[in-house]
Amino acid sequence: MEWSIFQQYGPMLLRGFAITIFCWLLGTILGMVLGLLIALAQRYGVKPVRWLLQTYIEIIRGTPFLVQLFVLYYGGPLIGLRLDALPAGLLGLTIYGSPYFAEIFRSAFRAVPHGQIEAARAIGMAEPSIIRRILLPLGLVSALPALVNFSIILTKETVILSIITVPELMYQVQRMSTETFRYLEANLVLALFFWGLVELISRAGRRLETRITKHLIERT
Amino acid sequence: MFSIETFFGSFGPLFWAARYTLLVSGLGIALGLVIGAFICAAGLSRWTVAQRFAAIWVSFLRGVPLLVQLLLMYYLLPVIGINVPAIAAAVITVGICASAYISEIWRGAIGALPRGQSEAAIAMGMDPRNVWTRIVLPQAVVLSLPALVNELILLVKASSLVSVVGILEVTRASQAHAATTFRPLEVYLAAACIYLLINLCLAGLGRYLEHRTAV
Repeated sequence: MEWSIFQQYGPMLLRGFAITIFCWLLGTILGMVLGLLIALAQRYGVKPVRWLLQTYIEIIRGTPFLVQLFVLYYGGPLIGLRLDALPAGLLGLTIYGSPYFAEIFRSAFRAVPHGQIEAARAIGMAEPSIIRRILLPLGLVSALPALVNFSIILTKETVILSIITVPELMYQVQRMSTETFRYLEANLVLALFFWGLVELISRAGRRLETRITKHLIERT
Repeated sequence: MFSIETFFGSFGPLFWAARYTLLVSGLGIALGLVIGAFICAAGLSRWTVAQRFAAIWVSFLRGVPLLVQLLLMYYLLPVIGINVPAIAAAVITVGICASAYISEIWRGAIGALPRGQSEAAIAMGMDPRNVWTRIVLPQAVVLSLPALVNELILLVKASSLVSVVGILEVTRASQAHAATTFRPLEVYLAAACIYLLINLCLAGLGRYLEHRTAV
């Protein structure tokens, strides 16, 4: 085993790691926003819109992320969507995550007691402020565990971006291993690294969860 | 612009390649069921070493991306002296990865069974092994069926990743087909349709099982 290659390739790997985290954070946030919009449109939209969104959800959830990326990155230019690898990857992550987030928000909205919304209507609150003051705050709290969970799943999906040459960590590690022929060590370290990262993020997520839902537990 | 002929023309070769998608995901889940049963049993045993092993197994396999696991296995097997074809390495990796999720599914199913049932069986004088094979497992397996179908859907999608180690399944075949026709959009959309078709069928099966097993 030759470990000094990690020193030599350190800066490259670090840059790759930064891009992995960047893709993960931005992809998660954008996916969440799109998912939230879809969930709201499904709740308040007219029937054709709801039907269309349901089809979108089924299609994205029924196809592999890798194939979606191929359609976007290699198929996109044919319909005039010419993107570099990184923006294509970000857009891909956003689209891939959005239906899962939409479903999380949808069931969270359903968990908001109906009486609360009726009460808000009865005292004359307008629909937008009901969404902003009742539906979102209550829904977000109950959606939190599932949101954290899916965000962790997305960390692992970022490595697939390497296949469409987004220069994230996996891509850099593969480049390093083909240049040095240290395939096993490189992949082993990458595996251990991801293991640690995912463990770390899930611990942080659980802590965030207990902090935000603390008031619910104290009351009951 | 969009070439309908290429789109429909791609279905032939891609359907042929879907054999491998089904093979990898089917054998993957079969292997996952077997290993998952052992891991689940280890996790539930009173022996702390087994418990610890199961916990690490599940945490590692759920924490590391499948793509990394695939490459790791691909390079690790020859080093430890096991020379198997790429397809076997792919099936083994997918199966091992699935075992982590399946053991958790089964742990949940066993936990969902009313405790009174196994207590009653023990009170009636059944020996522990019979309690396990006649009371707990049959019910737990039925209870876990919908979740297992869900896992199979995930595996069908995950099997697209084995294209990176050269298995000619739907994704790999569509890459090759896109390269020869120069029409990636149509070909990859056709590939997406095939995955969607497989998964819609499986989702239907899942709903049927959920309906059937609901008591």
